[in-house]
Formats: sequence, structure tokens, C-alpha cells
Amino acid sequence: MISGEGVKRIHIRGARVVDPANQIDQLGDVWIADGRIVGVIHAPVGFSADQIIDATALVVCPGLVDLRARPREPGHEHKGTIASECAAAVAGGVTTLCCPPDTDPVIDNPAVADLIHHRAGLAGKARVVTLGALTQGLKGVQLSEMHALKQAGCVGVSNAFKAIADTQVMRRAMEYAASLDLTVFLHCEDPWLSGGVMHESPMSARLGLTGIPETAETVAVARDLLLIQQTGVRAHFGNLSTTRAVQMVARVQYEGVPISADVTAHHLHLTDMDVGDFNANCHVRPPLRSARDRAGLVTGLLRGTLAAVCSDHQPHDADAKLAPFAETEPGISAIETFLPLSLRAGAESGMKLSDLIARITCGPAKILGRDAGTLNIGAAADVCIYDPHAFWTVNETQLVSQGRNTPFIGWELQGRVRYTLVGGRIVFQNGGVA
Amino acid sequence: MTTRNVQLDDKGRLRHFLTVEGLSRSILTEILDTAASFAGVGAQVVKKVPLLRGKTITNLFFESSTRTRTTFELAAKRLSADVLNINISTSATSKGESMLDMLRNLEAMHCDMFVVRHASSGAAHFIARHVAPHISVVNAGDGCHAHPTQAMLDMFTIRRHKGEFHQLRVAIVGDILHSRVARSQIHALSLLGAHEIRVIGPKTLIPRDVSTFGVHVFHDMRAGLADVDVVMMLRVQKERMQGAFLPSEHEYYQLYGLTEDKLTCAKPDAIVMHPGPINRGVEIDSRVADGPRSVILEQVTNGIAVRMAIMAMVLGRGASDEGEIRRGEGR
Repeated sequence: MISGEGVKRIHIRGARVVDPANQIDQLGDVWIADGRIVGVIHAPVGFSADQIIDATALVVCPGLVDLRARPREPGHEHKGTIASECAAAVAGGVTTLCCPPDTDPVIDNPAVADLIHHRAGLAGKARVVTLGALTQGLKGVQLSEMHALKQAGCVGVSNAFKAIADTQVMRRAMEYAASLDLTVFLHCEDPWLSGGVMHESPMSARLGLTGIPETAETVAVARDLLLIQQTGVRAHFGNLSTTRAVQMVARVQYEGVPISADVTAHHLHLTDMDVGDFNANCHVRPPLRSARDRAGLVTGLLRGTLAAVCSDHQPHDADAKLAPFAETEPGISAIETFLPLSLRAGAESGMKLSDLIARITCGPAKILGRDAGTLNIGAAADVCIYDPHAFWTVNETQLVSQGRNTPFIGWELQGRVRYTLVGGRIVFQNGGVA
Repeated sequence: MTTRNVQLDDKGRLRHFLTVEGLSRSILTEILDTAASFAGVGAQVVKKVPLLRGKTITNLFFESSTRTRTTFELAAKRLSADVLNINISTSATSKGESMLDMLRNLEAMHCDMFVVRHASSGAAHFIARHVAPHISVVNAGDGCHAHPTQAMLDMFTIRRHKGEFHQLRVAIVGDILHSRVARSQIHALSLLGAHEIRVIGPKTLIPRDVSTFGVHVFHDMRAGLADVDVVMMLRVQKERMQGAFLPSEHEYYQLYGLTEDKLTCAKPDAIVMHPGPINRGVEIDSRVADGPRSVILEQVTNGIAVRMAIMAMVLGRGASDEGEIRRGEGR
């Protein structure tokens, strides 16, 4: 799909090459031919380049793999389309993004998955992989045809934001997915405790907004951890927002159970205090938690309990945020701030750059079971080249995404994507480099 | 954006009145003093002062109300302003135009002030952020967040009966969790320096983090009422019997209904307040509501003077520099 014409022989020269999967972090070059990586550090014999990219003082790393981003198509094209959001993705250095099944119609049959894969191919920017619905219509009652979804290319199954309240249905869904060797992607919120709009805290008490207690997450994570151990399914916890949930996941990981977990870039930086005076751009799900929880998430990232950072990109039309706080739709247009916010979280917590890059490339790729997120010789040449020294200020008019809903407007961020390559094609180029 | 910035103009005067939080003690005192000067207007033969002649005030009620809307209307009329009442049921807005479209239309009619009531917390802030720069917004109650004019009329009533605040013990009884009135009362009482603020109710109706407001929590009503000077009752909504907040009205009355018997725990001269409308036999016994300690009807009367004071302060920030304010402030 994303290959063919327009693919040149490219020599990326003089970069800091960071490829965590191969324990590479050194100055050197990368060579690309026929859409694939043909050389890293060591030049392939007899290579003649059609194009040389001078990457002096830039970082070359695998293209980012985003575990959760909603292009909004099909169903919500007024918020974003596969074409618009894949363009935003590559502007943010993302070369593979994973779309949850809560599109409209839901990805509970092969036709919807096919449509998304086809549109992404036409757009010709980032690669889009999909999660199939765990239950039909995400209703939490009847199992979806997971085999058919797997055949259609879905890389896992999920019930997205819709909680499966019936424990027996959740157990059966996990058992069935396990028999098909499918990873279950979980979003853990107790359906009854999560009726609010922000973290339950002194801040929610002050603002008179209905709170979502920490237990909305921990109660659901506890239940699902027990079911995972009973059913033996491979599972991934998306969007953890509380310290205690991270600790619970870490304990079960320690026992050797194959579970993984991620955190969004914004939960690594913002807390419930950022809701301030009803800032609707801070209305997200799960909610921004306390400063203590934020610290716990950073620790989880540092220790590797959280193997991935994701953008949880959710573009919205302007009207979706133009209302009193509780009436606005949750979500942040996040894919273009994903890399610099991740870099900042890594730098602030003292992580090695390659460890941080692992969390946004090979870490999530492994969770998706995809051969991506590396600069392996012979791998598809999905590459991100960014300037680690470039400062830029987030400005809503300059975002490529159709959604301008971000609380990071006005933030000065460090790290800007200069080139993004997908299958050896330059799909994004920022004029900052001469 | 902080509350302070939204509510005050560049000279530190009230531009909107959205919440008590973030205001200074001197502004609250100014409101109470100004209200005192208006308190006599209602008793005059001609119940009007010409302060806001030529101004148009729109009561924008997205949630029904009789008492608050009426006293706002009377207050505006006694200041000689023109008043427009618009009642929008939420179903009508969800069908038709958005709230912002409606605001734009009203702005085009050259209104000077919106008095807003809305079922969503933060609605008044939202409107204040999006109205044209020459329009002021007064919050007449937003969701569970704030009801600052009610709190100020309560403070006015307390001051009339008790004088200064610094020796007062005040108990607020009932559904603190869902009460915008309680939140604003707590902010106002602590700003004005009340000696002790207590909240009394079952755990289901008290926010878990309420102690961060500087209040003491009681679940036993008699213990909470011991030695208080002021008892502020809150209305209990019938919906709270659903959603597992309370088992029944009967049990609530047994535990937290204010009866003459429970009132004996308070100081002998304690006053009893209620923002209305009262549920007799649910949160308060009729003998207390209509008894000698009750100042409930006086609160209603005081509401007019206090709302006059707030409107006059917000809209009458001095004719000389008004043009400057209009030009100088962005949205």
C-alpha cells in the first residue's frame, strides 16, 4: 500500500542515530533503498544516493508508533479525516498509528476495517492499523467475530471507552481472544464510578464539577487483572492515569503475567489543577489526575512498567469545546505535540534518550505485534528525523490536524520534526533545515 | 486565566460577578455597605433610584427559578434599568441555536448585562469569556459551582443580626456536594473572617476534600450545631433519594431535619437561614421555619438590596472612564 513510485535511494548523513531495538545511539549515517533500510552506521557496498539528507545536529530514529489515535473517519469527518489526521501524524513524526474501534460505524466487521486501511493507503502518509471491537457494537453483550476481524488485519481487539460491565462477558471475551492469539486492549473505567467530568479532588469540589474518583480506574484494573490471570489472555492497559493502577500492573508483571501498559503524553505533564477555571481543553478521559499521580506515571515510565507513551489524539471541531465544561466533549488534539512532550517527560525524569525513544517506537510496536519501530536492516524505512534543539511555540493556526483542541497552545516545546519517511518516501518535510 | 482576571477590570473593580472565590474582603465589604445604602429604597413611596437609567439588563435563565429571577428583576427596576427576561429550557437550546448564537443576538440588541443561571458548573465563566467586551455577566447560579449573590445576601443578613463575623460559628447543613449556595457561602464566610465554619451532613452529600475549604465536617447534627450562632439550611432535592445518596426523606429528616429540639443545641440567639424554596418536613420543621429564630423571609427582602448593590457596582464603574473600559478590554 505505502510503497512504489516516488521511492528513492536516500542517504541520511551525519545524524545522531538512535535505534533502541538495536542498542544504537551514536553519530552516523542511515542508507535507504527500495523503501527499506539497507544500512545503519556501516555503509552498504556500492550505494549511490539519489538524495542526500544532511542531518547534522539532528536525531534520526525509527518513525514513531502511536498506540492510540483517532482519525475520526468514518463517522466524524467534521472533526478529522484519515487524510487530514495522517498528515498531522507525519508532521509529528508518527509513521504508524493505531485506531481504536469506536468509529461510526464501529469496527466490528471486516468492511469497516477494510475501509480504514484502504483510505489510509490512499492518503499515503502514515500507516494506520486498527483494533477490532471486542463486542458487537461495543455494547458489551455479544462477542464480535474476532476471527474475521483478525483476517481483515485488525492487530488486536478492544471495547474502547465502553466498559464491559458484565464480568462474565468480559471473561468470555478474554477467553475467546486468547484462543485466537489476539491481544486485548483495555481502557479501564468502572462504568458507575466514572460518571463525572474531572478528577475527584479539592479542585473538583471547588469547581462544583462531578468528580471521577481514582477508584474508577483502580477498581476496574483490579477486576481485569484477575480475569487476565484466570483466562491467560495477552492484554494491554491503555491510558493509565493513577499511581495505584501503575503499581498494581507492576506487581502482576513481576509475577510474569504478559501484560503491558501505556500512558498519554498529556498525563505526564498536566494535572487536575490545569483545569483552572473550567478550561475545556483539559477535559479528557480518563481525567487529568493529581500531582502525585502524575509523578507515579513518570516513575512507571522510567521503570518500564509503562512500555509506551501514546498521543491519544482526539481532534474535535470547535463547537465540541465551546460550552460549559461538563457539556464539552473530552479529548485533546495531540499527535503533533506527542514527540516534544514525550521528549520533555524523558528529559525531566532523567531518562536516557534511547529509553524514551523506545517507549514511542519499538515499545508500542511490540505491543501491537508489528514489525515496526526499528531501523533493522531490511525493515520498511519508516524514519523520523527531528531537531532536538529547535524550540517552537504551539500555535493553533499552525497545527496540521483539523482539531485545534489542545491545552498546550502557547507552550514552548523543544524538538521539532524535520523529515518523516514512510516506506522510504519523504512524506513530511519542515523547511527549518537549509 | 485566573478567576481574579476574569472578574475584575484593570483598575481592580468588579467587571463581572461570577464567584466569591478570588475576590478580596474589601470588595465583599463594599457590596455589603452599598447594599445597606439601598436597603431603604424598597420602603420609600417611590421605590426607585436613577443609577442605571438607560441600561439594559437581560435575565438569561437556562434553569427555572422564581425567587432569584424575580429579585434580580426588581433590583434592576429599582435602579431604573430596562429588564428583559429570557427563560430558555435546556431542551429548546439543544434543539435550536447554540448558547453562543443566542448571546451574539442579545449583544446585537445592545444589552449591558447578562444575569445568567445555568445547570452546568462554569457556565457563567464560559459566557463571561465569550461576551463582547462591553457586557458584564452576573452569575445567578451555575450548576454545583457558585451562587455568589445568594451568598452575599446571606452575609448581609448575618451582618444585620450579628454584627461582625470574626466571633461567629456558622453551621451549613445538608447537601453540600451538590450545593452552589454552600460553596459560595463558605468562600464568603472565610473571606469575611468567620471564626468557624462547619458543614453537617452524611458522607454521601459532603465532598471528600471539603476540609481543604477550611471547614470542619460533622456527621452528627447535634454535635455540629453545638454553640453555633448561625444555622444555614440547604434544600434537599428529591432526586437525591435516587442514586444512593439518601435512603428516604423520612430518614433524612430524622438525622438532619432542623427541629426545635435540635435547635436547642445552638446558641439561644442563633438565627436560622434557608435559601429557599423550603421543603417543610424534609430539611426543616415548619415550627422552626416560621418561628422567631427564622430569618428566611428577611433573606428574600435583603436579596433585592444586595443585587441592586452588585448591579450598581458592576455597571456603574464611573461614567468618566467607561469609554476607556470599553476600548481597553479584550474578550
